[in-house]
Amino acid sequence: MSTATDPTRTDRPDEPAGAGNEAEDTYVPAAEVLAAVLDPAAPRPPRPSALSASVTFGWRAMLKIKHVPEQLFDVTVFPIMMTLMFTYLFGGALAGSTSEYLTYLLPGIMVMSVIMTTMYTGVSVNTDIQKGVFDRFRTLPVWRPAAMVGYLLGDMVRYVLASLVILGVGLALGYRPGGGVVGVAAGILLLVAFSFAFSWIWTLFGLVLRSEKSVMGVSMLVIFPLTFLSNVLVEPETMPGWLQVFVDVSPVTRLVAAVRGLMDGAADVGEITWVLVAGLLLVAVFGTLTMHRYNRR
Amino acid sequence: MGMREMRERTADRGGAAIETSGLVKVFGEQRAVDGVDLTVPAGTVYGVLGPNGAGKTTVVRMLATLLRPDGGEARVFGHDVAREPDRVRARVSLTGQYASVDEDLTGTENLVLLARLLGHRKPAARERAARLLDAFGLAEAADRQAKNYSGGMRRRLDIAASILNTPDLLFLDEPTTGLDPRSRNQVWDIVRVVVAQGTTVLLTTQYLEEADQLAGRIAVIDRGRVIAEGTPGELKSSVGAGAVHVRLRDPGQRAEARRVLAMVLKAPVQLAADPVALTARVMPEGAGATEPAVLAARALAELAGQGITVDDFSLGQPSLDEVFLALTGKSAGESTERHDEKREAAA
Repeated sequence: MSTATDPTRTDRPDEPAGAGNEAEDTYVPAAEVLAAVLDPAAPRPPRPSALSASVTFGWRAMLKIKHVPEQLFDVTVFPIMMTLMFTYLFGGALAGSTSEYLTYLLPGIMVMSVIMTTMYTGVSVNTDIQKGVFDRFRTLPVWRPAAMVGYLLGDMVRYVLASLVILGVGLALGYRPGGGVVGVAAGILLLVAFSFAFSWIWTLFGLVLRSEKSVMGVSMLVIFPLTFLSNVLVEPETMPGWLQVFVDVSPVTRLVAAVRGLMDGAADVGEITWVLVAGLLLVAVFGTLTMHRYNRR
Repeated sequence: MGMREMRERTADRGGAAIETSGLVKVFGEQRAVDGVDLTVPAGTVYGVLGPNGAGKTTVVRMLATLLRPDGGEARVFGHDVAREPDRVRARVSLTGQYASVDEDLTGTENLVLLARLLGHRKPAARERAARLLDAFGLAEAADRQAKNYSGGMRRRLDIAASILNTPDLLFLDEPTTGLDPRSRNQVWDIVRVVVAQGTTVLLTTQYLEEADQLAGRIAVIDRGRVIAEGTPGELKSSVGAGAVHVRLRDPGQRAEARRVLAMVLKAPVQLAADPVALTARVMPEGAGATEPAVLAARALAELAGQGITVDDFSLGQPSLDEVFLALTGKSAGESTERHDEKREAAA
């Protein structure tokens, strides 16, 4: 039964479908085939562990990189640009020569680039919320933080990639780390671990703020002062006293000092401990707030 | 699955899949859901019918544990949605209004991802994904990104994702909005099989015909309240069965045709702007009344008997608009507009 005006009008099978897609027109749901894949009484697999669910969400992030490789620009081209720019801009003026400056600058620029990259976590969370797939994830009977941890696991791969790119550029320009392979690896490990903790700030912003643009805007406001007002580019002793106060308590300053120590072969246990404790605090505070928000939405 | 769970599922048969009482959700100053009482029997398709902004999606989101109710309570298979969300999540699946698939991933990747999250090991997840893609006619598109799928294909992938583990309760939020008629029929066929296998389906829709085709019972929602509830038959008989649309060959015969139709159908006949078209309501009266189709056939035979040539005719169900007109005295459009005004005022 049908009327000319009814929007749900049913076409008879012998009529050509007006707006139909050719490929899908050939599909006729076969009751037996569909019934065979449905079985409400079938035993269900046990709920996945927290780790397994998180890793699966991380795998999703990897698949996204595979399908949209352009998103790796910010962890490849951007860090190369940063390293070259600051090495040649400040190298001569600050340290006499670019190769000497590199020993000081490279660990710092690595921290700066990776910390800047963390803000994309918030952007990807926010983009996903706008889509229906986020609702599906939230109705799954899995460990609740798994979806969020998954984003961060995927991002950790990006952080490692950015670090290696910068290291490569540095080595090509003449950077010779005193800490050797072990020192450099430990430095990168600490940086990536801290960035994981730091990113929970952005998962919260990604959930709370309304649009991708506002996430970017707020992230910039936090990240720019935090990274530039630090010991990344210059020694804090050259700054006015009131600024030194801020720079000295900035987690980025402490992180740079710790990473620099490790890569130079002069590990500073005090700084490393400070960074690890700060990381734990960040996860405790922003992880909790993120999950509260995630469950409430 | 543990023994307790298995017993629990068996015990559900014949019971209620969903029970809500006085369910409320407030956004700002607007009561999007304003005291909804629903009882959805297990193993059936239950339709929630209403215009845009009536509160259908908000009800579904509360039942699927995506939103916390602000008042009243809701139980899914006896579990409170606010207090035991994980028990609820273990038994339901949601196919949202906007396709709940990751458009950057391929069909296979989408299903394997979800199968893994539901606890399947990798080989089992792959096998399950392949079987579902095959059953839903997506085998050829399996390695294409979902963003390159047509609307109907995306919707099928979405439903396939919802039944990776056959759920006890499936939420379908406007599953055919925006689909062409053929894709819509495909979705309907799929829903029929899903419910025949024992899954309860809660379906929201703007189309009375869709609810009529699929649902055993229907709740009509307007401005966050249930304004009518019953079987499709009960609902339709409360608003009249629909209308006969007739197109004549000769516009000169329209006055005569109007008289004949009014006489046979005992109902007012409207003349359309088109000089050869007429519309008459078909309203069978009382118990054991004549079928609408029989009444319409009688009217057409009478037209032919009077020498009036009919080029085209159709018999249709009342539209959502007509249902609303009958239930509220306002059209669905009006009701929605008012709603939007209220929402804007609140913002």
